[in-house]
Amino acid sequence: MNWRSILAGLLLAVAVAVPAGAIEPQEQLADPALEARARTISQELRCLVCQNESIDDSNADLARDLRRIVRERLTAGDSDDQVIGFITARYGDYVLLRPPLRAGTLVLWFGPVVLLFAAIALLILRRRRRPAETPPLSEEENRRLARLLDEESAP
Amino acid sequence: MRRLLFLLPLLLLVALAAGVGAKLLSGSDPQALPSALIDKPLPTFDLAALPGRSDGLASTDFGGKPMLLNVFASWCVPCLAEHPVITRLGQEDGIPVLAINYKDKPEDALAWLKRNGDPYRRIGADADGRTAIDLGVYGVPETFVIDKAGRIRYRHPGPLTPDLVDREIRPLLAELAK
Repeated sequence: MNWRSILAGLLLAVAVAVPAGAIEPQEQLADPALEARARTISQELRCLVCQNESIDDSNADLARDLRRIVRERLTAGDSDDQVIGFITARYGDYVLLRPPLRAGTLVLWFGPVVLLFAAIALLILRRRRRPAETPPLSEEENRRLARLLDEESAP
Repeated sequence: MRRLLFLLPLLLLVALAAGVGAKLLSGSDPQALPSALIDKPLPTFDLAALPGRSDGLASTDFGGKPMLLNVFASWCVPCLAEHPVITRLGQEDGIPVLAINYKDKPEDALAWLKRNGDPYRRIGADADGRTAIDLGVYGVPETFVIDKAGRIRYRHPGPLTPDLVDREIRPLLAELAK
């Protein structure tokens, strides 16, 4: 086996690898389509115990319970939105790793962009206000300058 | 005025430090989450009693007067820490404290109550934790204040402290009792 095939094998392994999450085999649904939807939903929901992981990634007890509920609701025929609604009705918008766009989250979504444009506008304004280049010396000033230089160079 | 502008960054820094310091010293838990159920009616549930006891806990047990709902477990250390505070609220303030025993072994729960005292009027056993999830519970202990109409008015995640009871719970209970 040469280095080329080793590299190809490694690349293939990385390309095929799927993040496994914390989900255990017995939790998974038999229907692959339903299970895929469950995984997608779980990756959008925050684990409330660890607060920075999705319930798909978390080993916390509560995350496992919520994963189970997501799968139960899907099996019962809920749409993805209904499942997410079921969870947010209990835990609020905070469980959504991507906050929804509504009046209360406008600052969150657009604050940075507004700040950026405000900074750009400020820079442009400052640039405009800067006085034009210094006007050239007048005849009179030129003569004075020559005189001063003469005085200085004279012993 | 313009000449003092160079102080602006320093002032901003002082303001930021004051803000962060105030938050830090207020003692509030930055990880505590607001409940999504505030001002909503208690979700419907009907939990069985612990073995050997006749009183389970149902959502219909609430109402008529303000009550506390405490979620506890024998395996939960902060629950033991807040136990005297809960007991005092029940005895001295005469507030009915009802409880959900969260994901516990019944015999452990009974032994814990025997060892530490039982401040609860009723206890429902939530063995699989589903009722707790309906309540938006994300850790034990959690304490809810339920008003006369059976609506959730307050939720505190984590152990109750005497300070918190004085500052938040007693004033709320006094207002709800009117």
